[in-house]
Amino acid sequence: MRTTAPLSFLSLVTAGLLLAGCAAPAPTESEPAPDSTADGAFTLYSGRDEALIQPLIDLFEEQTGITVDVRYGNTAELGALLLEEGDRTPADVFLSQDAGALGALSDAGLFAPLPDDIAGAVPAGFTSTDGTWVGVTGRARVVVYDGERFTADELPDTIDDYVTDEWNGRLGVAPGNASFQSFVTALRVLEGEDAAAEWVNSLAANGPQLFENNRAILAAANEGVLDAGLINHYYWFASAAEVGVDNMRAQLKFLTAGDAGSMVNVTGAGLLTSAADDADALEFVRFLVSLEAQTYFVEQTYEYPLLPGVDAPAGLPSLDGLVNPELDLSDLDDLAATQRLLADAGLI
Amino acid sequence: MIVAPELASSAAGVPDARPTPAALSRLSAHRRPPLALVVAAIVAASAAAIPLVYLVVRSVESGLPTIVETLARPRVLEYAANSLGLAAATTASALVLGTAVAFVLTRVRVPFARTWLLISALPLAVPSYLAGYGWLVAQPGLNGFLPSWLLLTAVTVPYVSLPVAAALRGASGDLEGVARTLGRGPLRAFIVATWPSVRPAAIAGSLLVALYALSDFGLVAMMRFQTLTWGINAAYSASFDRAQAATLALLLVVLALVVVTGERAARRQLPRAAARAIAPRTVGRVTLLSFLPIVAAAPLVGVAIPMLGLLTRLLEAETLRAIDAPRLLGAVGSTVGVALAAAALAVLLALPIAALAARHRGRLVTAIESVGYLGHALPGIVVGLSLVFFALAVVPVLYQSIAVLVFAYAVLFMPKAIGTMRAGLGDVPPRLIAVARTLGDSPLRAWWRVTVPLALPSIGIGALLVAIATMKELPATLLLRPTGVQTLATELWNRTVVFEFGAAAPYAALLVLVAAVPAVILSGVRSAAKEEL
Repeated sequence: MRTTAPLSFLSLVTAGLLLAGCAAPAPTESEPAPDSTADGAFTLYSGRDEALIQPLIDLFEEQTGITVDVRYGNTAELGALLLEEGDRTPADVFLSQDAGALGALSDAGLFAPLPDDIAGAVPAGFTSTDGTWVGVTGRARVVVYDGERFTADELPDTIDDYVTDEWNGRLGVAPGNASFQSFVTALRVLEGEDAAAEWVNSLAANGPQLFENNRAILAAANEGVLDAGLINHYYWFASAAEVGVDNMRAQLKFLTAGDAGSMVNVTGAGLLTSAADDADALEFVRFLVSLEAQTYFVEQTYEYPLLPGVDAPAGLPSLDGLVNPELDLSDLDDLAATQRLLADAGLI
Repeated sequence: MIVAPELASSAAGVPDARPTPAALSRLSAHRRPPLALVVAAIVAASAAAIPLVYLVVRSVESGLPTIVETLARPRVLEYAANSLGLAAATTASALVLGTAVAFVLTRVRVPFARTWLLISALPLAVPSYLAGYGWLVAQPGLNGFLPSWLLLTAVTVPYVSLPVAAALRGASGDLEGVARTLGRGPLRAFIVATWPSVRPAAIAGSLLVALYALSDFGLVAMMRFQTLTWGINAAYSASFDRAQAATLALLLVVLALVVVTGERAARRQLPRAAARAIAPRTVGRVTLLSFLPIVAAAPLVGVAIPMLGLLTRLLEAETLRAIDAPRLLGAVGSTVGVALAAAALAVLLALPIAALAARHRGRLVTAIESVGYLGHALPGIVVGLSLVFFALAVVPVLYQSIAVLVFAYAVLFMPKAIGTMRAGLGDVPPRLIAVARTLGDSPLRAWWRVTVPLALPSIGIGALLVAIATMKELPATLLLRPTGVQTLATELWNRTVVFEFGAAAPYAALLVLVAAVPAVILSGVRSAAKEEL
């Protein structure tokens, strides 16, 4: 392109901007009032996978006669989609794979406050502090390791010991992943900025194996090409359900209770502002924290139930042993500082 | 880029004094293009510019300091270098391998030549993420630049080999023979005499390869090679930071513009060539066998091994579910449906841009054509979100309708049609149009009677390339499809995210099978296209 070409290029862009600009302001005023009566249907954006959640939705539809139109996607894409849609979203409920997305949408003012009986159904620490979304299930951070090369005893018990020389080049992490960043935020909240920065820098200096997500880390450990990695516990169970527990080469190690590496993150659900008065949508959110749904999650997805009185999946350490009492999940929405930390260390 | 592209290129204006079709078209290049054509091309380019507008809006709203901070991260430089390095390496290897494959299949008497041509087109049907996954099953430790490069090369080679094969059939073998008798070795003779005439086709194909490599996310994610698309995805998934993602995507746009500009520069100095085909030569069995690795490499690496990997997962899986036939068929139906619609719309949008670029030059033409290529350089999620933004602002009624989904595909994949159609339209001898005009036809009628029939094969090729790409597309489909509509790609995704690789296998196989149909037609159209002229 010659020097003047960028000019023509710019003018095209400007034309496009004008086009978008003219069109933008019109619709906001004429939004119809949200329907306050139940019409027997609502739309759910599900960041959770169809195979895991659809049976529960079928059950809900059967019991209530309410039709659920579900849009499946991954949590990150649906979160970005909801932010882009703003108050024009067709969605009534968002079911998210992690608390970070819920925090981001809540910060953007996209959620309507939930009634106390729903927001308060789950103990504090596992739900929003302002009642804009409710925690549904818990997933613990764990270390996944190559079970043919190690036993659980041979592995360190605290997150600090995984960034020592001994682990140079051997630890798998997914620094771009929401659950990893939630963990680093927890580290900052629990141990202070300096300690967190030191850990992150040690990790970066230690030549970690970088992955795109938890699943890829698990697969690598399971194939024997990675010694250990940081993931959420339930990925292992989901994989074991497909190939059989006995065929799993990768094994899980739970870190010392109270260590930031053992924090529990949650999945959760929020009601979009436009559905503030939608009784059908609300009923679904209430259903998610009911005894029936919580039992379903325990049995089918191996996640921690958050409703008091429902037992954790068999074979897992109890939630009480993992909880970090000082940790408030709503602190986890302070992602910007975490990302600066990771960016400075060259991890993202 | 297909039929006899050397002619098309001369339309771009090579100094040439002889009274040839090229000179005639050069004359028209100096004339002002018809206003209606310019307007139509600007409309089409505006559609392609929607993602750019969106990225500028999202990026600017965060303020300059944030943009600078994002771009100044040491990691971002590495992402950009990785993206460029991967694109450059992939383009170079696809260019060399693709040209070699095309040469063997057109110049050597190969048993089952037709079948081989078809097989060499098959990697087009395999989504990059599927190729990556299949390889990881067989070789779990793969990661980094090397496997990303080799696999991307394997799945993109047909973008070069198919058009070059078509061009070679029309290229001048006599010159090559002369070079040989003058004592040049076969390779020298090829480079001196034949390469110039297939170069436009090879360069146009290489452009598609380069843009594909820049925008690919599925494969580099599987192979853990951190390119810009990796960074863009991380920005969405960890922080829902659209501004940061947009800034990185704009950087990708800049890289793409560098590539597109480079292609224009390379395309510009175009020699013409006589069009006399030469017959394939018979070679000894040993020589023939030594050619086998060249022809078989991409289909083996890009299709056979990944498919084998998937098959083993299918047989290993303990939870292999009964195949839900109605659901499977429904997905096939919607996949084929949107692919056909997207192909038609993309061709329609690409047509004015291609027509303008084929016969006219100037800054405006350059800008319009460059913008037309943008969609191909951006990851699907970026184009998807930009159309969410656009549809809600302009046509909220159509939001999450098939119409917007198809429009997104057209924006994403129209570049695949532009290059092909530009070459095809440029090949139409202006003399013939002039004759039609002297016989009293209006410009439009002359265009309809002369240009359209002659350019039809190249239009068909563009449409098929768009259809194949549409069938494999995932991120934009996830965002924009009407709630409840499933394509083969989304169904495949549905199952792989929950580790049901066994259950995913039938969808994967069917996706490759369905996408192979246009790929097979493609290998056939190209020969038909050649006979057309």
